[in-house]
Amino acid sequence: MLLQQMINGFTLGSAYALTAIGYTMVFGILELVNFSHGAVYMFGAFICLILITTFKINFLMAFLLSLVITGILGMLVDKICLYPLRMKNAPKVTSLISTIGVSIFLQNLVMLLWGSETKNFPMVFNLGTLNIKGFKLSYFQLVIMGTCIVLMIGLTLIIQRTKLGKAMRATAQNMEAAKLMGIHVDQVISFTFFLGAALAAVAGIMIGMYYQTVDPMMGFMTGLKAFAAAVLGGIGVLPGAVIGGLLIGVLETLAAGYIHAGYRDAIAFAILIGVLLVRPVGLLGKPVQKKV
Amino acid sequence: MLVLSNVHAFYGNIQALKGISLEIKEKEIVTLIGSNGAGKTTTLKTIAGLLRPKTGSIQFNGEEIGNKSAPEIVKLGISLSPEGRQVFPRMTVLENLEMGAFSRKDKAEMNGSFERIYALFPRLYERKHQAAGTLSGGEQQMLAIGRALMSKPKLLMLDEPSLGLAPLLVETIFQLIREINEQGTTILLIEQNARMALMIAHRCYVLETGKIVLADDAKHLLESDAVKKAYLGE
Repeated sequence: MLLQQMINGFTLGSAYALTAIGYTMVFGILELVNFSHGAVYMFGAFICLILITTFKINFLMAFLLSLVITGILGMLVDKICLYPLRMKNAPKVTSLISTIGVSIFLQNLVMLLWGSETKNFPMVFNLGTLNIKGFKLSYFQLVIMGTCIVLMIGLTLIIQRTKLGKAMRATAQNMEAAKLMGIHVDQVISFTFFLGAALAAVAGIMIGMYYQTVDPMMGFMTGLKAFAAAVLGGIGVLPGAVIGGLLIGVLETLAAGYIHAGYRDAIAFAILIGVLLVRPVGLLGKPVQKKV
Repeated sequence: MLVLSNVHAFYGNIQALKGISLEIKEKEIVTLIGSNGAGKTTTLKTIAGLLRPKTGSIQFNGEEIGNKSAPEIVKLGISLSPEGRQVFPRMTVLENLEMGAFSRKDKAEMNGSFERIYALFPRLYERKHQAAGTLSGGEQQMLAIGRALMSKPKLLMLDEPSLGLAPLLVETIFQLIREINEQGTTILLIEQNARMALMIAHRCYVLETGKIVLADDAKHLLESDAVKKAYLGE
Protein backbone atom coordinates (compact mmCIF):
# COMPACT_ATOMS: atom_id res chain seq x y z
CA MET A 1 0.00 0.00 0.00
CA LEU A 2 2.71 2.45 0.95
CA LEU A 3 4.85 1.53 -2.03
CA GLN A 4 1.80 1.74 -4.26
CA GLN A 5 1.05 5.25 -3.03
CA MET A 6 4.68 6.26 -3.41
CA ILE A 7 4.71 5.16 -7.05
CA ASN A 8 1.48 7.05 -7.73
CA GLY A 9 2.99 10.06 -5.97
CA PHE A 10 6.19 9.97 -8.00
CA THR A 11 4.15 9.82 -11.18
CA LEU A 12 2.19 12.89 -10.24
CA GLY A 13 5.30 14.53 -8.82
CA SER A 14 7.14 14.07 -12.11
CA ALA A 15 4.51 16.18 -13.82
CA TYR A 16 4.74 18.83 -11.09
CA ALA A 17 8.52 18.84 -11.43
CA LEU A 18 8.40 19.38 -15.19
CA THR A 19 5.97 22.26 -14.74
CA ALA A 20 7.91 23.72 -11.82
CA ILE A 21 11.03 23.96 -13.99
CA GLY A 22 9.26 26.52 -16.16
CA TYR A 23 8.46 28.68 -13.14
CA THR A 24 11.94 28.45 -11.75
CA MET A 25 13.77 29.15 -15.02
CA VAL A 26 11.72 32.26 -15.77
CA PHE A 27 12.07 33.45 -12.21
CA GLY A 28 15.81 32.84 -12.33
CA ILE A 29 16.18 35.22 -15.25
CA LEU A 30 13.43 37.79 -14.81
CA GLU A 31 12.61 37.53 -11.10
CA LEU A 32 9.05 37.19 -12.19
CA VAL A 33 6.47 34.58 -11.28
CA ASN A 34 4.84 33.65 -14.56
CA PHE A 35 1.27 32.81 -13.55
CA SER A 36 0.28 32.02 -17.11
CA HIS A 37 2.33 28.83 -16.84
CA GLY A 38 -0.54 26.68 -15.55
CA ALA A 39 -2.70 27.72 -18.50
CA VAL A 40 0.17 26.96 -20.86
CA TYR A 41 0.32 23.45 -19.36
CA MET A 42 -3.40 23.02 -20.02
CA PHE A 43 -3.00 24.41 -23.55
CA GLY A 44 -0.31 21.82 -24.28
CA ALA A 45 -2.62 18.99 -23.29
CA PHE A 46 -5.48 20.40 -25.38
CA ILE A 47 -3.40 20.94 -28.49
CA CYS A 48 -2.19 17.37 -28.36
CA LEU A 49 -5.73 16.08 -27.89
CA ILE A 50 -7.05 18.16 -30.78
CA LEU A 51 -4.21 17.06 -33.06
CA ILE A 52 -5.02 13.43 -32.29
CA THR A 53 -8.82 13.59 -32.45
CA THR A 54 -9.60 16.32 -34.97
CA PHE A 55 -6.56 16.12 -37.22
CA LYS A 56 -6.04 12.36 -36.81
CA ILE A 57 -2.29 12.71 -36.49
CA ASN A 58 -0.50 9.76 -34.93
CA PHE A 59 0.39 10.17 -31.29
CA LEU A 60 4.14 10.65 -31.54
CA MET A 61 3.85 13.34 -34.21
CA ALA A 62 1.03 15.04 -32.30
CA PHE A 63 3.11 14.93 -29.13
CA LEU A 64 6.17 16.55 -30.73
CA LEU A 65 4.06 19.05 -32.63
CA SER A 66 2.27 20.15 -29.47
CA LEU A 67 5.62 20.69 -27.73
CA VAL A 68 6.68 23.04 -30.50
CA ILE A 69 3.33 24.83 -30.66
CA THR A 70 3.17 25.24 -26.88
CA GLY A 71 6.79 26.36 -26.82
CA ILE A 72 6.00 29.05 -29.36
CA LEU A 73 2.98 30.05 -27.30
CA GLY A 74 5.32 30.50 -24.33
CA MET A 75 7.56 32.74 -26.41
CA LEU A 76 4.58 34.76 -27.59
CA VAL A 77 3.37 35.26 -24.02
CA ASP A 78 6.72 36.88 -23.29
CA LYS A 79 6.96 38.87 -26.52
CA ILE A 80 3.41 40.23 -26.43
CA CYS A 81 2.68 40.62 -22.72
CA LEU A 82 6.00 40.93 -20.89
CA TYR A 83 8.66 42.28 -23.24
CA PRO A 84 6.89 45.63 -23.81
CA LEU A 85 6.60 46.07 -20.04
CA ARG A 86 10.29 45.33 -19.56
CA MET A 87 11.17 47.92 -22.19
CA LYS A 88 9.19 50.49 -20.23
CA ASN A 89 10.86 49.47 -16.97
CA ALA A 90 7.43 48.74 -15.52
CA PRO A 91 7.39 47.44 -11.94
CA LYS A 92 7.54 43.65 -11.56
CA VAL A 93 4.02 43.50 -10.15
CA THR A 94 2.68 44.89 -13.45
CA SER A 95 4.23 41.98 -15.32
CA LEU A 96 2.86 39.59 -12.73
CA ILE A 97 -0.66 40.87 -13.24
CA SER A 98 -0.13 40.66 -16.97
CA THR A 99 0.64 36.93 -16.64
CA ILE A 100 -2.55 36.40 -14.63
CA GLY A 101 -4.39 38.09 -17.47
CA VAL A 102 -2.77 35.78 -19.99
CA SER A 103 -3.85 32.82 -17.90
CA ILE A 104 -7.51 33.91 -17.90
CA PHE A 105 -7.30 34.69 -21.60
CA LEU A 106 -5.93 31.24 -22.46
CA GLN A 107 -8.53 29.42 -20.37
CA ASN A 108 -11.31 31.30 -22.10
CA LEU A 109 -9.77 30.91 -25.52
CA VAL A 110 -9.71 27.16 -25.07
CA MET A 111 -13.34 27.16 -23.83
CA LEU A 112 -14.36 29.23 -26.82
CA LEU A 113 -12.56 27.03 -29.32
CA TRP A 114 -13.24 23.60 -27.92
CA GLY A 115 -15.96 24.00 -25.30
CA SER A 116 -15.82 24.17 -21.54
CA GLU A 117 -16.75 20.57 -20.76
CA THR A 118 -14.25 17.98 -19.62
CA LYS A 119 -12.95 16.02 -22.58
CA ASN A 120 -11.96 12.44 -22.78
CA PHE A 121 -8.33 11.88 -23.63
CA PRO A 122 -8.23 8.66 -25.69
CA MET A 123 -6.08 5.82 -24.48
CA VAL A 124 -3.47 6.03 -27.21
CA PHE A 125 -1.65 2.92 -26.26
CA ASN A 126 -2.57 0.42 -23.63
CA LEU A 127 0.61 -0.86 -22.10
CA GLY A 128 -1.04 -2.88 -19.37
CA THR A 129 0.02 -3.19 -15.79
CA LEU A 130 2.70 -4.96 -13.90
CA ASN A 131 1.37 -6.95 -10.96
CA ILE A 132 3.73 -7.92 -8.21
CA LYS A 133 2.17 -9.37 -5.08
CA GLY A 134 -0.89 -7.17 -5.13
CA PHE A 135 1.10 -4.08 -5.94
CA LYS A 136 0.09 -2.56 -9.24
CA LEU A 137 2.33 -0.53 -11.46
CA SER A 138 1.08 0.49 -14.86
CA TYR A 139 3.68 0.65 -17.57
CA PHE A 140 2.39 4.07 -18.40
CA GLN A 141 3.50 5.31 -14.99
CA LEU A 142 6.96 4.07 -15.87
CA VAL A 143 6.74 5.92 -19.18
CA ILE A 144 5.84 9.14 -17.36
CA MET A 145 8.65 8.84 -14.84
CA GLY A 146 11.12 7.73 -17.48
CA THR A 147 10.25 10.63 -19.75
CA CYS A 148 10.71 13.06 -16.88
CA ILE A 149 14.10 11.64 -15.99
CA VAL A 150 15.28 11.77 -19.60
CA LEU A 151 14.04 15.34 -20.03
CA MET A 152 15.67 16.49 -16.82
CA ILE A 153 19.00 14.96 -17.77
CA GLY A 154 18.67 16.53 -21.20
CA LEU A 155 17.82 19.91 -19.72
CA THR A 156 20.74 19.74 -17.31
CA LEU A 157 23.08 18.96 -20.19
CA ILE A 158 21.70 21.86 -22.21
CA ILE A 159 22.15 24.28 -19.34
CA GLN A 160 25.54 23.03 -18.19
CA ARG A 161 27.25 22.22 -21.46
CA THR A 162 25.87 24.14 -24.42
CA LYS A 163 26.75 27.70 -25.34
CA LEU A 164 23.09 28.71 -25.20
CA GLY A 165 22.69 27.06 -21.80
CA LYS A 166 25.69 28.90 -20.44
CA ALA A 167 24.29 32.12 -21.86
CA MET A 168 21.06 31.35 -19.95
CA ARG A 169 22.96 30.98 -16.69
CA ALA A 170 24.99 34.12 -17.36
CA THR A 171 21.82 36.07 -18.10
CA ALA A 172 20.22 34.79 -14.90
CA GLN A 173 23.22 35.73 -12.79
CA ASN A 174 23.85 39.19 -14.20
CA MET A 175 21.83 40.47 -17.13
CA GLU A 176 23.82 43.63 -17.72
CA ALA A 177 27.15 41.79 -17.70
CA ALA A 178 25.63 39.22 -20.07
CA LYS A 179 24.84 42.01 -22.55
CA LEU A 180 28.43 43.19 -22.28
CA MET A 181 29.61 39.71 -23.25
CA GLY A 182 27.70 40.02 -26.50
CA ILE A 183 24.82 37.80 -25.40
CA HIS A 184 21.49 38.75 -26.99
CA VAL A 185 19.54 38.49 -23.76
CA ASP A 186 16.14 38.88 -25.46
CA GLN A 187 16.81 35.75 -27.50
CA VAL A 188 17.95 33.95 -24.35
CA ILE A 189 14.74 34.96 -22.58
CA SER A 190 12.64 33.79 -25.54
CA PHE A 191 14.43 30.46 -25.51
CA THR A 192 13.81 30.11 -21.78
CA PHE A 193 10.08 30.67 -22.24
CA PHE A 194 10.07 28.18 -25.12
CA LEU A 195 11.78 25.53 -23.05
CA GLY A 196 9.60 26.09 -19.98
CA ALA A 197 6.38 25.98 -21.99
CA ALA A 198 7.43 22.86 -23.92
CA LEU A 199 8.19 21.04 -20.66
CA ALA A 200 4.84 22.11 -19.25
CA ALA A 201 3.20 20.71 -22.38
CA VAL A 202 4.89 17.36 -21.78
CA ALA A 203 3.53 17.37 -18.24
CA GLY A 204 0.04 18.38 -19.42
CA ILE A 205 -0.11 15.68 -22.05
CA MET A 206 1.13 12.99 -19.69
CA ILE A 207 -1.32 13.92 -16.99
CA GLY A 208 -4.11 14.15 -19.56
CA MET A 209 -3.30 10.63 -20.67
CA TYR A 210 -2.82 9.36 -17.13
CA TYR A 211 -6.24 10.51 -15.93
CA GLN A 212 -7.67 10.24 -19.45
CA THR A 213 -9.34 13.62 -19.16
CA VAL A 214 -8.51 17.22 -19.93
CA ASP A 215 -10.48 20.34 -19.14
CA PRO A 216 -9.82 24.07 -19.55
CA MET A 217 -9.34 24.58 -15.81
CA MET A 218 -6.93 21.69 -15.30
CA GLY A 219 -3.96 24.05 -15.26
CA PHE A 220 -5.17 26.10 -12.35
CA MET A 221 -4.49 23.75 -9.46
CA THR A 222 -1.52 22.07 -11.12
CA GLY A 223 -0.05 25.49 -11.88
CA LEU A 224 -0.38 26.55 -8.27
CA LYS A 225 1.13 23.32 -7.02
CA ALA A 226 4.01 23.46 -9.47
CA PHE A 227 4.63 27.02 -8.31
CA ALA A 228 4.55 25.79 -4.73
CA ALA A 229 7.01 23.05 -5.73
CA ALA A 230 9.38 25.61 -7.24
CA VAL A 231 9.24 27.76 -4.11
CA LEU A 232 9.57 24.72 -1.86
CA GLY A 233 12.76 23.62 -3.62
CA GLY A 234 14.13 27.15 -3.74
CA ILE A 235 12.91 29.24 -6.64
CA GLY A 236 15.54 29.88 -9.29
CA VAL A 237 17.36 26.63 -8.45
CA LEU A 238 16.71 23.95 -11.06
CA PRO A 239 17.26 20.78 -8.97
CA GLY A 240 15.10 22.44 -6.32
CA ALA A 241 12.14 22.49 -8.69
CA VAL A 242 12.55 18.78 -9.35
CA ILE A 243 12.84 17.84 -5.69
CA GLY A 244 10.00 20.16 -4.73
CA GLY A 245 7.79 18.67 -7.45
CA LEU A 246 8.45 15.08 -6.44
CA LEU A 247 8.02 15.88 -2.76
CA ILE A 248 4.66 17.56 -3.25
CA GLY A 249 3.48 14.79 -5.53
CA VAL A 250 4.39 12.04 -3.07
CA LEU A 251 3.16 13.80 0.06
CA GLU A 252 -0.18 14.79 -1.39
CA THR A 253 -0.76 11.25 -2.63
CA LEU A 254 0.13 9.87 0.79
CA ALA A 255 -2.16 12.38 2.45
CA ALA A 256 -4.99 11.43 0.13
CA GLY A 257 -4.39 7.75 0.77
CA TYR A 258 -3.85 7.76 4.53
CA ILE A 259 -5.76 10.76 5.81
CA HIS A 260 -8.54 11.77 3.47
CA ALA A 261 -8.75 12.46 -0.23
CA GLY A 262 -10.23 15.84 0.57
CA TYR A 263 -6.97 16.98 2.12
CA ARG A 264 -5.03 16.34 -1.06
CA ASP A 265 -4.68 20.00 -2.07
CA ALA A 266 -4.47 21.40 1.42
CA ILE A 267 -1.50 19.24 2.32
CA ALA A 268 0.66 20.52 -0.56
CA PHE A 269 0.31 24.08 0.60
CA ALA A 270 0.59 23.22 4.29
CA ILE A 271 4.00 21.65 3.58
CA LEU A 272 4.99 24.73 1.61
CA ILE A 273 4.11 27.04 4.47
CA GLY A 274 5.82 24.80 7.00
CA VAL A 275 9.08 24.60 5.05
CA LEU A 276 9.15 28.30 4.29
CA LEU A 277 8.70 29.18 7.96
CA VAL A 278 11.83 27.21 8.76
CA ARG A 279 13.79 27.87 5.56
CA PRO A 280 12.53 30.98 3.78
CA VAL A 281 14.81 30.41 0.78
CA GLY A 282 13.41 26.92 0.15
CA LEU A 283 15.11 23.55 0.47
CA LEU A 284 17.99 24.12 -1.96
CA GLY A 285 17.90 27.89 -2.16
CA LYS A 286 20.90 29.83 -0.95
CA PRO A 287 20.70 33.24 0.64
CA VAL A 288 22.07 35.89 -1.70
CA GLN A 289 25.58 36.99 -0.88
CA LYS A 290 27.25 40.01 -2.35
CA LYS A 291 30.89 40.85 -2.24
CA VAL A 292 31.86 44.51 -2.24
CA MET B 1 39.49 55.41 -33.35
CA LEU B 2 36.60 56.45 -31.09
CA VAL B 3 35.03 59.88 -31.38
CA LEU B 4 32.19 61.15 -29.19
CA SER B 5 30.67 64.42 -30.29
CA ASN B 6 28.23 66.32 -28.14
CA VAL B 7 26.70 63.22 -26.52
CA HIS B 8 23.70 63.76 -24.25
CA ALA B 9 22.34 60.86 -22.21
CA PHE B 10 19.55 60.46 -19.66
CA TYR B 11 18.52 58.07 -16.90
CA GLY B 12 14.76 58.51 -17.13
CA ASN B 13 14.33 62.23 -16.74
CA ILE B 14 17.69 62.88 -15.18
CA GLN B 15 20.32 64.15 -17.55
CA ALA B 16 23.61 62.40 -16.84
CA LEU B 17 25.68 63.53 -19.82
CA LYS B 18 25.42 67.11 -21.03
CA GLY B 19 27.30 67.19 -24.29
CA ILE B 20 30.38 65.00 -23.98
CA SER B 21 32.93 65.25 -26.76
CA LEU B 22 36.10 63.25 -26.65
CA GLU B 23 38.46 61.33 -28.84
CA ILE B 24 40.57 58.25 -28.37
CA LYS B 25 43.35 57.41 -30.77
CA GLU B 26 44.71 53.98 -31.51
CA LYS B 27 47.17 52.48 -28.97
CA GLU B 28 46.46 55.18 -26.39
CA ILE B 29 45.56 54.93 -22.73
CA VAL B 30 43.01 57.62 -22.05
CA THR B 31 41.61 58.19 -18.59
CA LEU B 32 38.49 59.97 -17.36
CA ILE B 33 38.67 61.49 -13.94
CA GLY B 34 36.08 63.38 -11.94
CA SER B 35 34.16 63.18 -8.71
CA ASN B 36 31.23 60.84 -8.00
CA GLY B 37 28.26 61.54 -10.22
CA ALA B 38 30.33 63.38 -12.82
CA GLY B 39 29.20 60.94 -15.51
CA LYS B 40 32.27 58.75 -15.96
CA THR B 41 30.48 55.41 -15.68
CA THR B 42 27.57 56.74 -17.73
CA THR B 43 30.00 57.69 -20.49
CA LEU B 44 31.37 54.16 -20.63
CA LYS B 45 27.90 52.61 -20.48
CA THR B 46 26.78 54.83 -23.34
CA ILE B 47 29.75 53.83 -25.46
CA ALA B 48 29.15 50.14 -24.64
CA GLY B 49 25.53 50.40 -25.76
CA LEU B 50 23.91 49.80 -22.38
CA LEU B 51 22.50 53.30 -22.59
CA ARG B 52 21.37 55.04 -25.76
CA PRO B 53 22.53 58.61 -26.30
CA LYS B 54 19.60 61.00 -26.74
CA THR B 55 21.52 63.25 -29.10
CA GLY B 56 25.05 63.42 -30.39
CA SER B 57 27.14 60.87 -32.20
CA ILE B 58 29.53 58.09 -31.23
CA GLN B 59 31.78 56.94 -34.02
CA PHE B 60 34.03 53.93 -33.86
CA ASN B 61 36.53 53.66 -36.72
CA GLY B 62 34.28 55.92 -38.75
CA GLU B 63 31.10 53.90 -38.08
CA GLU B 64 28.20 55.38 -36.11
CA ILE B 65 27.53 53.12 -33.11
CA GLY B 66 25.23 55.34 -31.01
CA ASN B 67 22.18 53.40 -32.17
CA LYS B 68 23.66 49.92 -31.86
CA SER B 69 22.93 47.39 -29.11
CA ALA B 70 25.52 46.19 -26.60
CA PRO B 71 26.07 42.81 -28.30
CA GLU B 72 26.63 44.49 -31.68
CA ILE B 73 29.15 46.86 -30.15
CA VAL B 74 31.09 44.00 -28.55
CA LYS B 75 31.28 42.40 -31.98
CA LEU B 76 32.76 45.58 -33.45
CA GLY B 77 35.58 45.42 -30.92
CA ILE B 78 34.68 47.49 -27.86
CA SER B 79 34.64 45.71 -24.53
CA LEU B 80 33.76 46.98 -21.06
CA SER B 81 34.92 45.60 -17.75
CA PRO B 82 32.17 47.08 -15.59
CA GLU B 83 32.35 48.75 -12.23
CA GLY B 84 32.13 46.30 -9.34
CA ARG B 85 33.54 43.50 -11.53
CA GLN B 86 30.16 41.86 -12.23
CA VAL B 87 31.56 38.38 -12.77
CA PHE B 88 29.06 35.53 -13.01
CA PRO B 89 29.34 34.23 -9.44
CA ARG B 90 27.96 30.70 -9.90
CA MET B 91 29.93 29.98 -13.04
CA THR B 92 33.54 28.78 -13.02
CA VAL B 93 36.46 30.99 -13.98
CA LEU B 94 36.72 29.08 -17.23
CA GLU B 95 33.02 29.55 -18.00
CA ASN B 96 33.28 33.26 -17.25
CA LEU B 97 36.11 33.53 -19.76
CA GLU B 98 34.09 31.52 -22.28
CA MET B 99 31.25 33.99 -21.89
CA GLY B 100 33.73 36.76 -22.66
CA ALA B 101 34.33 35.08 -26.00
CA PHE B 102 30.60 34.61 -26.64
CA SER B 103 30.51 36.79 -29.77
CA ARG B 104 33.51 35.10 -31.38
CA LYS B 105 33.21 32.45 -34.06
CA ASP B 106 36.91 31.67 -34.55
CA LYS B 107 37.07 28.57 -32.39
CA ALA B 108 40.59 27.67 -33.50
CA GLU B 109 42.11 30.93 -32.35
CA MET B 110 40.25 30.94 -29.07
CA ASN B 111 42.81 28.73 -27.36
CA GLY B 112 45.40 31.40 -28.00
CA SER B 113 43.22 33.92 -26.21
CA PHE B 114 42.85 31.64 -23.19
CA GLU B 115 46.63 31.23 -23.09
CA ARG B 116 47.11 34.96 -23.32
CA ILE B 117 44.77 35.56 -20.38
CA TYR B 118 46.39 32.82 -18.32
CA ALA B 119 49.81 34.27 -19.07
CA LEU B 120 48.67 37.70 -17.90
CA PHE B 121 46.86 36.31 -14.85
CA PRO B 122 48.43 33.01 -13.72
CA ARG B 123 46.08 33.04 -10.72
CA LEU B 124 43.11 32.53 -13.01
CA TYR B 125 44.70 29.41 -14.45
CA GLU B 126 45.20 27.96 -10.99
CA ARG B 127 41.55 28.56 -10.19
CA LYS B 128 39.94 27.89 -13.52
CA HIS B 129 37.44 25.34 -12.20
CA GLN B 130 36.49 27.38 -9.16
CA ALA B 131 33.21 29.31 -9.00
CA ALA B 132 33.91 32.99 -9.65
CA GLY B 133 31.90 34.01 -6.58
CA THR B 134 34.42 32.29 -4.32
CA LEU B 135 37.40 34.27 -5.64
CA SER B 136 38.94 37.14 -3.69
CA GLY B 137 38.21 40.68 -4.80
CA GLY B 138 41.54 41.00 -6.59
CA GLU B 139 41.08 37.71 -8.41
CA GLN B 140 37.57 38.72 -9.44
CA GLN B 141 38.99 41.94 -10.86
CA MET B 142 41.55 39.97 -12.85
CA LEU B 143 38.75 37.75 -14.08
CA ALA B 144 36.64 40.76 -15.08
CA ILE B 145 39.52 42.21 -17.09
CA GLY B 146 40.40 38.82 -18.56
CA ARG B 147 36.80 38.22 -19.52
CA ALA B 148 36.62 41.59 -21.24
CA LEU B 149 39.79 40.72 -23.17
CA MET B 150 38.34 37.43 -24.40
CA SER B 151 36.31 39.21 -27.07
CA LYS B 152 39.62 40.41 -28.58
CA PRO B 153 38.66 44.06 -28.23
CA LYS B 154 40.36 46.86 -30.12
CA LEU B 155 39.23 49.19 -27.36
CA LEU B 156 39.12 47.98 -23.76
CA MET B 157 37.18 50.10 -21.28
CA LEU B 158 37.90 49.62 -17.59
CA ASP B 159 35.58 51.03 -14.95
CA GLU B 160 37.31 51.39 -11.57
CA PRO B 161 39.63 48.39 -11.84
CA SER B 162 41.32 49.17 -8.51
CA LEU B 163 38.13 49.64 -6.49
CA GLY B 164 38.34 47.86 -3.13
CA LEU B 165 41.75 46.30 -3.75
CA ALA B 166 44.77 46.23 -1.45
CA PRO B 167 47.47 48.78 -2.42
CA LEU B 168 49.91 46.10 -3.53
CA LEU B 169 47.30 44.56 -5.79
CA VAL B 170 46.48 47.97 -7.22
CA GLU B 171 50.08 48.24 -8.39
CA THR B 172 49.83 44.82 -10.03
CA ILE B 173 46.59 45.67 -11.80
CA PHE B 174 48.02 48.91 -13.18
CA GLN B 175 51.15 47.09 -14.32
CA LEU B 176 48.91 44.67 -16.18
CA ILE B 177 46.87 47.45 -17.75
CA ARG B 178 50.08 48.94 -19.12
CA GLU B 179 51.12 45.51 -20.40
CA ILE B 180 47.79 44.96 -22.15
CA ASN B 181 48.19 48.37 -23.77
CA GLU B 182 51.73 47.57 -24.91
CA GLN B 183 50.39 44.42 -26.56
CA GLY B 184 48.34 46.71 -28.79
CA THR B 185 44.96 47.25 -27.10
CA THR B 186 43.68 50.79 -26.79
CA ILE B 187 42.42 51.56 -23.29
CA LEU B 188 39.84 53.89 -21.82
CA LEU B 189 40.16 53.95 -18.05
CA ILE B 190 38.09 55.34 -15.20
CA GLU B 191 39.72 55.54 -11.81
CA GLN B 192 39.09 56.83 -8.32
CA ASN B 193 42.82 56.63 -7.89
CA ALA B 194 43.49 59.60 -10.15
CA ARG B 195 47.22 59.71 -9.49
CA MET B 196 47.76 56.12 -10.59
CA ALA B 197 45.55 56.65 -13.61
CA LEU B 198 47.42 59.78 -14.67
CA MET B 199 50.71 57.99 -14.26
CA ILE B 200 49.95 55.29 -16.80
CA ALA B 201 47.68 57.28 -19.13
CA HIS B 202 48.74 59.26 -22.16
CA ARG B 203 45.86 61.69 -22.08
CA CYS B 204 43.11 62.59 -19.66
CA TYR B 205 39.68 64.18 -19.65
CA VAL B 206 38.28 65.75 -16.49
CA LEU B 207 34.52 65.51 -16.04
CA GLU B 208 32.26 67.60 -13.87
CA THR B 209 28.48 67.13 -13.67
CA GLY B 210 28.15 65.60 -17.11
CA LYS B 211 30.52 67.94 -18.94
CA ILE B 212 34.15 67.82 -19.87
CA VAL B 213 35.91 70.72 -18.19
CA LEU B 214 39.50 69.91 -19.00
CA ALA B 215 41.42 67.83 -21.51
CA ASP B 216 45.16 67.52 -21.60
CA ASP B 217 48.18 65.26 -21.60
CA ALA B 218 48.25 63.18 -18.45
CA LYS B 219 51.71 64.48 -17.57
CA HIS B 220 50.55 68.10 -17.63
CA LEU B 221 47.55 67.35 -15.45
CA LEU B 222 49.70 65.58 -12.89
CA GLU B 223 51.51 68.86 -12.41
CA SER B 224 48.53 71.18 -12.73
CA ASP B 225 47.65 72.93 -9.49
CA ALA B 226 43.92 72.85 -10.06
CA VAL B 227 43.91 69.11 -10.67
CA LYS B 228 46.22 68.46 -7.73
CA LYS B 229 43.84 70.30 -5.47
CA ALA B 230 40.61 68.81 -6.75
CA TYR B 231 41.57 65.21 -7.50
CA LEU B 232 44.95 64.34 -6.09
CA GLY B 233 44.30 65.55 -2.57
CA GLU B 234 47.26 67.89 -2.24
